[in-house]
Amino acid sequence: MAQSNVMSKISLIGHSAGVQWRVIHALLMREILTRYGRHNIGFLWLFVEPMLFTTGVTTIWTLTKAVHGSNLPIVAFALTGYSAVLLWRNMPSRCIGAIEPNLSLMFHRNVRVIDIFLARLMLEAGGATISFVTLAIFYIYIGWLNPPQDMLTIVAGWLLIAWFGASLAVFLGALAEKTELVDKIWHPLSYLAFPLSGAGFTVDALPPEAQKYILLVPMVNGVELVREGYFGAEFHAHYDIAYMVGCCATFTLLALAQVAVANREITPE
Amino acid sequence: MIRLEHIYKTYPTRAGDRVVLKDISFDLERGEKLGILGRNGAGKSTLVRLVSGAERPTFGQVTRTMTVSWPLAFGGAFQNTLTGLDNVRFISRIYKQRARDNIDFVYEFTELGAYLREPVRNYSSGMRARLAFAISMIIEFDCYLIDEITAVGDAKFYEKCETELFGKRHDRAMLIISHDLDYVKKHCQRFAVLHEGRLSFYPEFDQAHDVHLRNLHIGEG
Repeated sequence: MAQSNVMSKISLIGHSAGVQWRVIHALLMREILTRYGRHNIGFLWLFVEPMLFTTGVTTIWTLTKAVHGSNLPIVAFALTGYSAVLLWRNMPSRCIGAIEPNLSLMFHRNVRVIDIFLARLMLEAGGATISFVTLAIFYIYIGWLNPPQDMLTIVAGWLLIAWFGASLAVFLGALAEKTELVDKIWHPLSYLAFPLSGAGFTVDALPPEAQKYILLVPMVNGVELVREGYFGAEFHAHYDIAYMVGCCATFTLLALAQVAVANREITPE
Repeated sequence: MIRLEHIYKTYPTRAGDRVVLKDISFDLERGEKLGILGRNGAGKSTLVRLVSGAERPTFGQVTRTMTVSWPLAFGGAFQNTLTGLDNVRFISRIYKQRARDNIDFVYEFTELGAYLREPVRNYSSGMRARLAFAISMIIEFDCYLIDEITAVGDAKFYEKCETELFGKRHDRAMLIISHDLDYVKKHCQRFAVLHEGRLSFYPEFDQAHDVHLRNLHIGEG
């Protein structure tokens, strides 16, 4: 009896997961088509655009011999730093205001607020990741860059930054339904957060007093981890993974709570 | 069956919360056709959205033991920059259908031909209505929610819709909202009037009709 109950619960969850994946897949395809259309290179823009960004920044930083307080190669420094910025910054930007244009889809019972967010998150995180990997391979190929030291550490850092960006994105996206202040404040905030995000400096180069405070900015910890993986022993990383995981978990809880509120209050039109 | 139990719905407005639906309970059985009359803004469309599950009641419980459509012939779910076919594919994906079969049906039913490969943005309102109706017919439901469908297309297309909906699907349950009273009378067996948040049921159309007319002219002395 109890066992059959558990079994039926599991099959129910399996069914729901199937429905959700179907909806997210449909939204993903729709999003790709609406955003990139079928003209010129179409959906390749998904990662060509961040690649252009990163390449531009890399070039400028190389030409100006940007001072980042270490003797790390600038190309690798810019690539790891700026790719990480695109990862955590683009997800919230795309999720704020994501519900409004999709309100009419909510007429379909299976389409939920969270699905719209998840589709956009997958697209943004996917674009940033493909851009990062492609550029890294390309730079290594043309000799601007040495191959990374420790792949797994890079993946761990990258996933942490992605988690941070995703939880922040869903939280802000759902909150933006309640107040347009979110949209207004996000733009200056994300812009100001850029120099603090660890993209343009290494924590090791800062005075010890400042190191303590800068590590309170969650994404700095992730960026440091990515760089540790990339440069290995020649890079002295500072990070607190427990702190970053704590931040991400907190934002995830807030995000889910806010999505529940949005689900309750949404009116399809 | 669809069962609504003590449904309340309030919306926040600048002048405070506005109660749109007050304590609404009813059952809709398989194959039953219910027509709802009410003035503009009485909350008919809100009720339909609650039944469809697209929106949640502020209080109360909606139970569905049959599959329920989205509000029918509703054209707003289109992405204007996408083509008609893209929209068909999207709906097919959501409801786990083979897009290819659906596309054939939509070609044949809408007679839109090459326009189906154009963005919906370029459609006339009649063309949109055709596509919307065809898309709502590609998924089979036990219960169809019909929210003001009569303003669709020309006479010939209207006939096609009638055949598709009330001919081929005569055994399904339906919840019909329309300002076209003859349409409601013709297709429903049970009638209700929604007025000031309350839903009253009438077995005969004429009774519901009288109440509805009285409500329309309230305040005129």
